[in-house]
Amino acid sequence: MPESSSVVNVVVAGLGGQGVLKASGILADTAFRAGLDVKKSEIHGMSQRGGSVSSDVRFGERVFSPMVPAGEADFLVVLTVSQIEVARPMLKAGGVLIHPGLVDETRLANKRSLNVALLGALARQLNLAENLWHAAIKAALPEKLHAANLQAFAIGKNP
Amino acid sequence: MPQHNSERRLASGNEAVAQAALDAGVSLGTGYPGTPSTEILEAFDAIGGRAQWAPNEKVALEVGIGAAFAGARALVTMKHVGLNVAADPLFTVAYTGVTGGLVIVSADDPGMASSQNEQDNRRFAVAAGLPMLEPSDSQEAYDFTLLAIEISERWHIPVLLRMTTRVCHSATLVQTKGQLAPPSQPNFVRDVPGRVMIPAYARPAHHRLRAKLAEIAAWNESDGPIQVVDGDRALGIITSGISYQHVREAAPRARVLKIGLSYPLPVEAMRRFAAGVDRCLVVEEGDPFLYEAARTAGIAVEQKPEMYRFGELNVGRVRRIVAGDVSPEPALPAGKPPELCPGCPHRNVFEALRDLGCIVAGDIGCYTLGVLPPFSAMDTCVCMGAAIGVGLGLRHSLPPEQARKVVSVIGDSTFVHSGITGLVEMVYNPPATGHVLVILDNGTTAMTGMQEHPGTGRRLDHEPTGRVVFEDLARTLGIKNIHIVDPVADEQAIERVLREALARDELSVIIARRPCLLAAGAIKIREKKANAGK
Repeated sequence: MPESSSVVNVVVAGLGGQGVLKASGILADTAFRAGLDVKKSEIHGMSQRGGSVSSDVRFGERVFSPMVPAGEADFLVVLTVSQIEVARPMLKAGGVLIHPGLVDETRLANKRSLNVALLGALARQLNLAENLWHAAIKAALPEKLHAANLQAFAIGKNP
Repeated sequence: MPQHNSERRLASGNEAVAQAALDAGVSLGTGYPGTPSTEILEAFDAIGGRAQWAPNEKVALEVGIGAAFAGARALVTMKHVGLNVAADPLFTVAYTGVTGGLVIVSADDPGMASSQNEQDNRRFAVAAGLPMLEPSDSQEAYDFTLLAIEISERWHIPVLLRMTTRVCHSATLVQTKGQLAPPSQPNFVRDVPGRVMIPAYARPAHHRLRAKLAEIAAWNESDGPIQVVDGDRALGIITSGISYQHVREAAPRARVLKIGLSYPLPVEAMRRFAAGVDRCLVVEEGDPFLYEAARTAGIAVEQKPEMYRFGELNVGRVRRIVAGDVSPEPALPAGKPPELCPGCPHRNVFEALRDLGCIVAGDIGCYTLGVLPPFSAMDTCVCMGAAIGVGLGLRHSLPPEQARKVVSVIGDSTFVHSGITGLVEMVYNPPATGHVLVILDNGTTAMTGMQEHPGTGRRLDHEPTGRVVFEDLARTLGIKNIHIVDPVADEQAIERVLREALARDELSVIIARRPCLLAAGAIKIREKKANAGK
């Protein structure tokens, strides 16, 4: 019997151009590197034009639907304050909201790394090894951005 | 370098189709960009396949048919509405059949994440008489692409691979098989009765098609991609595609019959399954396709309430379907809608159209967002290319004072796709008040993510090739008033030129040419590189 309670549900939300899909991709890759079943879902197209964007990542022993059911996200990562209320119904009662207020943005070497910094904040809550996160970040970004994003991840993880 | 080794990775459904095509030795991938199908050919190119954009889906399918007649394996990709455009060759290639494997991807968009309708293309499989496979995740997208080629070559018939938005754009684990046995070398073998569809040859060809479908139906019953998940006999669910994944989660105790080949259906497997459970429910996204087929065969099944025909399914909605819950669904807060980018060159054009009080026959692309405030400058949007025909029809029929306000607005890629024949119509049947066509030429297929098209003069892989020049084309067709304006460099120009054109009672083509802001940097680099190569 499938045991959905063993699945971790994460929703990443923000606006087009903020790196929502990059962040969900890094998270999914980290879980994949940990040997877990992973599914990641997102919507392309019209949403690219500055509209709301969200992406679901689910991982565990066995994942079926690629989409997190509304009200069942264990973690909601929101990249911009304006989208918190839009995305909040995805979060389960007692779920954890990861928002920009958790990161001191002035410490980021590159402001565009906020998405990765918030993954650092998420990493504190998840049982995924640090080296897997680092490998996934490096795999997702060109080499010239590695240092800034590893720094951002560290700031999010150890504020 | 192409990947030849078996490996396990996280891939989107689109990437999985591309990898399977490469592993199967597909020698040509062609299509027209359309969400959610676009990334298939881009991925195929990126891993070393030969991929090219066609002007539209009809041409893409015809090129694919030619490749398959030559004995090569071909992949043709499009979104669901693209199959409408390709329907003409589709229905007859079912008669001719193919020599090399031909796989046609129809990427449907239930819920209309980025489309003008949510048509269910499983209906096309029945109408054309073509086998259709429906993957439910990336692994099946990979496996079913290989299976599609196998079926195609075994029965010499094109195969439809129906993807949906969530299968295309979800990343799930894929175990690839590595490179498979390559197809035989392309070689022309004449087969006039098989490929020349004059009535005398088409009549027997139709009989051959029905005989093939009967064989495939029997194969589907005995050896097809059918999966039965054991469970409690109290509830049995018949499902296919992405709905299967939602079902497994929403009804973990149910017995499940998952259908992989949705046409021709394994009706007897469905009958046996339904007979072995107390309650048999069909859970499917979109039209009641499986349900109607089951009922026609006299199988007692229950269908989803009509309200779940609309939009995508998900775990929550499938729970409600299982429970027979028809109470109103809770509305989620509306997110921020998309809009034309700040600095988008289309903005000035739509401001001018608004300020001049134009009646705007619009078209499909980013610029359809011109319908939203602060522009509110679009009055119709039906399908690719319709701006011109619909604009002409309005001009022919409205009283002259209104007719003189009608403008057709179309993007560059859309113009190439299906606006050219509209322009021919404009020359051939000009309205009494003339007409004004505005081509918004931002040098890319922006909506789907910056793909090249014949008007950019670059191929799918961004290398230079022949270029279709819109003003030259319009001139050749006999348009005398042709204006090229840069709507950003000269903000007043577009309004001035539009005003003159509207006052003229003649045919005018205005090309508003300025690269898309998001593509401009890359376009500049590619142009520089192309010029250096001359």
